Amino acid sequence: MKTILKLEGVSLSYHTKDGEIPALKNISFEVKSGEFVSVIGPSGCGKTSVLSLIAGLIKPDEGKIIFNGKEVKKPDKAIGYMLQRDELFPWRTIEQNVFLPLEINKNKDEKRKKEALDLLDKYGLKDFKKSYPNQLSGGMRQRAALIRTLSTSPDLLLLDEPFSALDYQTRLAVCDDVYSIIKNENKTAILVTHDVSEAIATSDKIIALTKRPSTILGVHVTETNKSLSPLKRREEQIFGKTFELIWRELNDEN
Amino acid sequence: MKTNDKISEKQMIYLKKNKRNKFFVNLSRLLIALIFFGIWEIAADVGIIDSFLMSSPSRIIKTIKDLVVSGDLYVHVFTTLYETLSGFLLATVVGTAVALAMWWSENFRKIIEPYIIILNGLPKIALGPIIIVWFGNGMNSIIFMAFLTAVIVTTITMINGFLACENGKIMLLKSMGAKKIQILTKLVIPSSLPTFISCLKINVGMAWIGSIIGEYLASKQGIGYLIVYGGQVFKLDLVMASTVILCVFAGVMYFLISLSEKTLLKKY
Repeated sequence: MKTILKLEGVSLSYHTKDGEIPALKNISFEVKSGEFVSVIGPSGCGKTSVLSLIAGLIKPDEGKIIFNGKEVKKPDKAIGYMLQRDELFPWRTIEQNVFLPLEINKNKDEKRKKEALDLLDKYGLKDFKKSYPNQLSGGMRQRAALIRTLSTSPDLLLLDEPFSALDYQTRLAVCDDVYSIIKNENKTAILVTHDVSEAIATSDKIIALTKRPSTILGVHVTETNKSLSPLKRREEQIFGKTFELIWRELNDEN
Repeated sequence: MKTNDKISEKQMIYLKKNKRNKFFVNLSRLLIALIFFGIWEIAADVGIIDSFLMSSPSRIIKTIKDLVVSGDLYVHVFTTLYETLSGFLLATVVGTAVALAMWWSENFRKIIEPYIIILNGLPKIALGPIIIVWFGNGMNSIIFMAFLTAVIVTTITMINGFLACENGKIMLLKSMGAKKIQILTKLVIPSSLPTFISCLKINVGMAWIGSIIGEYLASKQGIGYLIVYGGQVFKLDLVMASTVILCVFAGVMYFLISLSEKTLLKKY
């Protein structure tokens, strides 16, 4: 499979009045097309910074980020970003929310509008197109947010703890839901999470970061059965073993 | 959410209780006004209070009737309404525009902030003599006074509203490749609509203060003029009648904005 994203020796520092805070140090990894990759690590370690860098929202101090063979310098519409909260605009209907990226990119034509509406139909939001976000449940809102991200047909999805604002029950269900949509649409995804089990349940590959300044602690290729849903994978024997391995690795380091 | 169309007994009791409570509140409101004016009227009739100094509801009504008959009322009311609305609109437009500029450029905001704070603390009436010298003894001065009273509050309220826009949503738009102008039009302005409405509510009050103060200082007509004139010639009936008229108009304007608030902010 072809490599879609490549980080080469990426370092990043934040500048504040009180001094310079090194966040990432010499981060290198690759993501192949169609892969589901998780980035895990202790809170405040700069996981979100990794996504911001890939999304082109901030620039690295050193190193390069190559996406689809080109260096990332600014936000690219082939990369979709999904945040912790759904961030749906309350004054727009679900349909208008989903059209938002098209309006921003000034390519809201009939064909793209139809594609976006088809996604809403396909993933159970058919009757809610004209509803406002506050009429939807947390899980449905997160699904609407995902479809908004998909409306520009991105090649790569960046998921920044997209389930952490939900309660545990909903969280497991929405995780399955989002995962199946991503797989169904054949998208490549990078998930940032502090939840080790969530990472194992969803991912082909897990990148563990150390605490700040973060370097790569280890890369794990999971051996879970990829034909199962994330929830079902949690019941596999290999799930427990992988969890223990990564858990120990993270704890030994800290 | 309604689960079925049949209303249970408990729900009926609840609704009834709600209705009764609403009735009680409205009745109490009405009673307060009736008792207040009733006692005032009786006290004036019996001679407990001097109706020359305190006026009375019946004298107020008679004064208003006279004003209506002579046609003076329309001139005065129109003058003050015109001044207040002009000042209100000017202040809303200019104040919001300055707030937008402050949102757009962080440095502009930092530079201008101390001046705004000083102007906010300054009692606007202190500028009265200067305004009269600059804008003359007439309507322009009063409109400017109304404008000045409302504009600083508008700026402060609106910039706070703009800055309260959630960071997550800004980041989302940036990740879509949005330009600053798109962040402004797609997110910051629509999300500040509730702030804008509450700002309008404050502004109505402010503009009334400004126009009445303005009329106290320099005017030949208007409700504020009637109050000052009535005070100078000891016609307390006129002072009280003007105050009542003022109350009615301030109330109506506030009510109109509240009404627009209900329709505009349904989704928020």
